[in-house]
Amino acid sequence: MSILVDEKTRLITQGITGREGMFHTEQSMKYGTKVVGGVTPGKGGQTVIGNVPVFNTVADAAKRTKANATMVFVPPPFAADAILEAADAGIELIICITEGIPVSDMVNVHKYLQGTNSRLVGPNCPGVISPGKAKIGIMPAHIHKKGNVGIISRSGTLTYEAVGQLTALGIGQSTCVGIGGDPIIGSRFIDILELFQKDRGTKAICMIGEIGGTAEDEAAYYIKKHVTKPVVGFIAGQTAPPGRRMGHAGAIISGGQGTAEEKMKVMKRCGIKVVKSPADLGKTIKKVL
Amino acid sequence: MKIHEYQAKEILRKYNVPVPNGVLVSKKSEAPAAAKKLGTPVVVVKAQIHAGGRGKGGGVKLAKSPAEAEKHAGQIIGMTLVTPQTGPEGRLVKKVLIEEGMEIVKELYMGILVDRETSRVLIMASEAGGMEIEEVAADTPEKIIKEVVDPVIGVQPYLARKIAFALNLEGAALKAIIPFIINLYDSFVKEDCSMLEINPLVITSDDRVLALDAKVDIDDNAMYRHKETQALRDTDEEDPTEVEASKFNLNYIKLDGNIGCMVNGAGLAMGTMDIIKLSGGEPANFLDVGGGADEEMIENGFRILISDKSVKGIFINIFGGILRCDVLARGVVAATKKLHIKIPVVVRMEGTNMEEGHQILKDSGLNFLIGDGMKDGAQKVVKAIK
Repeated sequence: MSILVDEKTRLITQGITGREGMFHTEQSMKYGTKVVGGVTPGKGGQTVIGNVPVFNTVADAAKRTKANATMVFVPPPFAADAILEAADAGIELIICITEGIPVSDMVNVHKYLQGTNSRLVGPNCPGVISPGKAKIGIMPAHIHKKGNVGIISRSGTLTYEAVGQLTALGIGQSTCVGIGGDPIIGSRFIDILELFQKDRGTKAICMIGEIGGTAEDEAAYYIKKHVTKPVVGFIAGQTAPPGRRMGHAGAIISGGQGTAEEKMKVMKRCGIKVVKSPADLGKTIKKVL
Repeated sequence: MKIHEYQAKEILRKYNVPVPNGVLVSKKSEAPAAAKKLGTPVVVVKAQIHAGGRGKGGGVKLAKSPAEAEKHAGQIIGMTLVTPQTGPEGRLVKKVLIEEGMEIVKELYMGILVDRETSRVLIMASEAGGMEIEEVAADTPEKIIKEVVDPVIGVQPYLARKIAFALNLEGAALKAIIPFIINLYDSFVKEDCSMLEINPLVITSDDRVLALDAKVDIDDNAMYRHKETQALRDTDEEDPTEVEASKFNLNYIKLDGNIGCMVNGAGLAMGTMDIIKLSGGEPANFLDVGGGADEEMIENGFRILISDKSVKGIFINIFGGILRCDVLARGVVAATKKLHIKIPVVVRMEGTNMEEGHQILKDSGLNFLIGDGMKDGAQKVVKAIK
């Protein structure tokens, strides 16, 4: 089994006629994801990538295609609006890849989503893949393998690193979820941990965090209380200087808070197998399986 | 993006948040006229640099006459100010802000930030003004007032009153701080601040409420809708290599070590720094070339890396997704030749078109070291520079 996305996912892409939106939609289709349409305001009525229909509004696309998931590739100034539009149209799963959305836009988006049935993953994330079933996002498909390890990560390429190590060891993944590197994101570690705990196809969980904020601490306490499956963790930025934003908008140690050391300490205390080196993720997961 | 105190106060004025009268001065000869114009018996001369803790380093001084203001301005302008936040190298002061003096009866703290735990804007206030809020939080967390703002309604008078009463204000000061808080929040949201700190916020003997100091960070991601704010960037306050890197959209942060790293993705870039340290080396930088890097970007990345003279070896760690390994390899070969790089270069690449990439490196005739995995790569570069 898997979480969030699978064979039943009916995907639309917002921003499908853009360069990246089109490229990654095509890649997702090649992987087997059921893409039922796309949205670009003003380009409704066209078809792209073979015969994928383009609509002017998400509401229109949802009504005509019964889409239950969307992948957002809309540029930062308009991305928050695209998420709100998807939620307003009742799309259950919104995966936002866009990096660089103003944080005040996300404050409003976060508030609005609380009154809806939509779940947001991201923004500023690689997306979600359930190997062998469906891929929504920009991750390289070929490194994945179907299996029983669930991955949750704030970082894109570091997730690929973990996946690469696992696949090389012959260990597959149930679902890999990039939750995103921004300070305000739709789904946090705990939201995804809850799904992995319930998922019978997931036997172990790999959690990749980084400096900044306290989401990993929150996740560690949650794991101690609610998660019975083994969890292996890593925190990037053990050598990062305080007060500097390390690439991701959310990766910053501010006021002495959010250091890798502190997070690793809390995670260890809560029973998570914490590795110091990202090169040890694969073999440590192998041990706990 | 950080801005100067005088710039922050300009912004606050626009939103009717009271700030002291002040004049910006870049030559000491302008100081006496500024002091006379302000007309108060005492004026304050304040160094304008981005780092905090200026008073401790001698960057803030009181003057009781225009002549004294000139003397202080002369001392501060041109000095290299070292504060707990600048590091030992300090910052060159180019401008001072001369402000009216006043009789202060109470110093408070007020900060607004985006709180990650609640995903909301959070207002923090405390009666312990003038102190570092981190210290207050560590020693006496109960003295910090926190109010989460609902973005739908913003700061309504009731919320401002709640904060004002919690700060034990009364009378005219209580009345004055309510619009102060409402307007401060307004400026925070409309100017897309990521952090706004008024420390201290003062109550004067004539019951005025003023932002005596102001520290403002603007959300870089929102800069596209604030053209006028972009002009406030002072690149003299930033590391020159980082300024250069930002021109090429490269995410570069200088560190103290001697192993230059070039990585795709922020998380992997941090992980690479970590593994270098674990392997006994010291990373010289953080450099994320991003997912869509092309040959030109790789060359620019190389140029930035080697412009740091302490770099003795380079570690390239790429997990190719969108960025293909063959594109990377071509970029690395071209840049190594063009820039005549003589120091050891270790390349670890995995992912899309990996074999093709390795072949390109091999055929180049250049002496690259190949990392088999990130651990092996890190160990090889640490060994190579010894």
